[in-house]
Amino acid sequence: MIQLSVNGAQHQLDVPDDMPLLWVVRDVLGLTGTKFGCGIAQCGACTVHLDGEAVRSCVLPVSAAAGRAVTTIEAVGQSALGAQVQQAWLDHEVVQCGYCQSGQIMSATALLQRQPAPSDAEIDAGMAGNLCRCATYTRIRAAIKDVDAGGAA
Amino acid sequence: MSPSDNGVSRRRFLQGSGAALGGLVLSTWLPGFTPHSVAAEVTAAGRLGDQAPRGYGAYVRVGHDGLVTVISPKIEMGQGAHTGIAMMVAEELEVPLSSVSVEDAPPDSDLYADSLMQFQATGGSTSTRHSWQPLREAGATARLLLIQAAAARWGVDAAQCEAREGVVHGPAGQQLPYGELVDAASALPLPESVVLKTPEQFRLLGTPAPRLDTPNKVNGKAQFTIDLQVPGMLVASTLTCPVYGGKLKAVDASAARQVPGVRDVVTLENAVAVTATNYWACQQGLKALTVEWDLGEHAGIDSEQLDAALHSASSKDGVVAHSSGDIDAALSGAASTFEAVYEQPFLSHSPLEPMTCVAQVRADACELWVGTQVPAFAQQTAAAVSGLPLERVQVHNQLIGGAFGRRLDFDFITQAVAIAKQVDYPIKLIWSREEDMTHDMYRPHYVDRLTAAIDAEGKLQGWQHRIAGASVLARYIGSLPESGVDSDAVEVAIDPIYALDSLQVNYIREEPKAIPVSWWRGVGPLRSTLALECFIDELAHKTGKDPVDYRLALMGQHPRAQAVLKLAAEKADWQTPLPAGQGRGIAVSAVFGSFVATVVELEVQADKGVRIKRLVSAIDCGLVTNPTSVLAQIEGGTLFGLSASLFNEITLEQGQVQQSNFHNYRQLRINEAPGVEVHIVPSSEDPGGVGETGTALIGPALLNALAAASGERLRRLPLSRAGYFPVKGA
Repeated sequence: MIQLSVNGAQHQLDVPDDMPLLWVVRDVLGLTGTKFGCGIAQCGACTVHLDGEAVRSCVLPVSAAAGRAVTTIEAVGQSALGAQVQQAWLDHEVVQCGYCQSGQIMSATALLQRQPAPSDAEIDAGMAGNLCRCATYTRIRAAIKDVDAGGAA
Repeated sequence: MSPSDNGVSRRRFLQGSGAALGGLVLSTWLPGFTPHSVAAEVTAAGRLGDQAPRGYGAYVRVGHDGLVTVISPKIEMGQGAHTGIAMMVAEELEVPLSSVSVEDAPPDSDLYADSLMQFQATGGSTSTRHSWQPLREAGATARLLLIQAAAARWGVDAAQCEAREGVVHGPAGQQLPYGELVDAASALPLPESVVLKTPEQFRLLGTPAPRLDTPNKVNGKAQFTIDLQVPGMLVASTLTCPVYGGKLKAVDASAARQVPGVRDVVTLENAVAVTATNYWACQQGLKALTVEWDLGEHAGIDSEQLDAALHSASSKDGVVAHSSGDIDAALSGAASTFEAVYEQPFLSHSPLEPMTCVAQVRADACELWVGTQVPAFAQQTAAAVSGLPLERVQVHNQLIGGAFGRRLDFDFITQAVAIAKQVDYPIKLIWSREEDMTHDMYRPHYVDRLTAAIDAEGKLQGWQHRIAGASVLARYIGSLPESGVDSDAVEVAIDPIYALDSLQVNYIREEPKAIPVSWWRGVGPLRSTLALECFIDELAHKTGKDPVDYRLALMGQHPRAQAVLKLAAEKADWQTPLPAGQGRGIAVSAVFGSFVATVVELEVQADKGVRIKRLVSAIDCGLVTNPTSVLAQIEGGTLFGLSASLFNEITLEQGQVQQSNFHNYRQLRINEAPGVEVHIVPSSEDPGGVGETGTALIGPALLNALAAASGERLRRLPLSRAGYFPVKGA
């Protein structure tokens, strides 16, 4: 049994140790906001927070998340910063198909938590792991710059 | 035929039984289709087991609560179609956009076939162009009936009443909200015709509107096909023969069946599927299989063979798709001729949501929950595979996590139904990224061979254009017309924006048997635009002319194309000199009913690093529905095309696709993505398509800029083939 904390809720789960966190979250807990895109940590659609850090849940064994705080897109808006990022995404009309945007928002929120006013280079470094096939990058950058993370943090 | 050719009077309106649907229901039939559901009772959206829900085909429903539901003939895959279509209805119905919600149309070719493509599909940048007339008419008709119902209630002339914000206002200050009028309105006869607003009267169309589908896409609530849960459902995943056309010979599934969570191992003609309680268990099960394939006749084919066959074909004559003037005389009498060959590779679509489909097959019915660009085809393939009659197949369309043309095909739906048929529970088929990329239906590899005739004064007389490649159209609809011409492949090429005394376009069909082909964002116009815009650029340089001036001089018959070219050049500071090692490239085209020009400014470093400094686009897409969506589509479409132009090529070895995931079929990332400046030309022309235009223009603008900066004239994509790579930085 694995003890897993997801979005503040505690779960006792009978799943294989090496099952990626992504599939535990999606197929066992039914939280489908976190997406599958590649399975090899190349696209970032599966990004969640582990103790506040952005991680690729498609390659993270669930055992590595045991005893730590997992946050997914469904709960990121509960923090002031996460809600600001979500609003900035809407204000800037970032979203096209939307499939990658859960991961983008999780990465952006983690970035802004670390660096409240990121430079272009810091945005590049913090967001380069997240692919968007609709290529909404111009608006992602603008939305991140528009978040006043100093006020939210 | 442009959408505006379909006058209201030529259109049949059906007003259904309002009581049955709890409101006012309107639908329209396109001319040329047999409205055999006219006689059917309009019933509520039927679940399986209900009697024939064929009449459920309205465009607009107004509920007793005053809320409006638009039944969209076009699906939402990120392009903003749902919002644009809702705006069209809201404009004429006089309701706030916030009171409108959108549902996807069920499969029904009679009701929802696209007026440009003649079948029910979302693609070809047709969503706005097709919907513009009928959806506004549906909204206007509903408004008229609601006003008439209110006027009758008040005993006044309808002409004295007007509708605003979902309320009918009478001459003495009376007010009735729509919701209180729908029953009376449903009983009224339909008007013979409706008068639509003129653009000057628009209050909503043409203004930036927030997308209706996006709030739930930033909080994890939006459900794509891959997110659906149906009671009793298990996840399925497949291993398909790595060579196209190969078959399954034998499989030992004993170890797979021992994997915790695995329920069944199902064999298909060319694949093995594992069903399990979760996707991870499916993958563990697939890994535990021992599979023997009959790789079939294509197992020895590799890219070099396909390349050689295509190059050889490009010198043949094929069939003549267009001939004006006398190109033979022009070429034989020319002071000089100039030939160039342009090449575009096989491409994968690779939307971020892999192919996925939820399917249930029971003895009496089949149900699909799937994001598809072609719901009627989905229904047909499910009927064929399940053996059930068409009306026993229900299709619930879903939000789509990217398509780019991929979901115009339904091979994965066919496969899902074939699996579901063998088990007694619903399955959610999810392809792994590797399955998705190696079993795509690919954008064809094309070779364009152009030969120009130039007279003694350096004036362009015309050109011969040979287009060689697979026919997507023939694969998609089963055959080509008797002429042998693929109308998609030669589009734009047979009708260039340049005035030429002589033009001949030959189409040489060359099918690569080991690799299936399909539509890819930009389709034929993208291919033609790359060839034409690189060629015209080379001709300009060859004759010592400025590429903008050279084009303008040949574009006299296309003032809208001239205008976007001039605007893009002006906004990109075309005339401002650049230092050595830097250059600008431009491209312009008339594609999907719109006129677009793109300028790329870049620097080429000694190590072949390419730093794109500016991307500037100008578009005249006629009347704009939602400017926010136009800007977003040009921005995203341009970078989507840039990604492919820089990096992408699908290759075959031993009949097997060599690219399997985003590590070896890489995509543009934010740290490599330049900004895109978009300028919209105000226009009162009929709406043009937008979603594919940016994609169609970036390739030639990029190649032309590379030549201007480096002197190296690349004629084959992607740039990575020649060692170039993107560099970011100010």
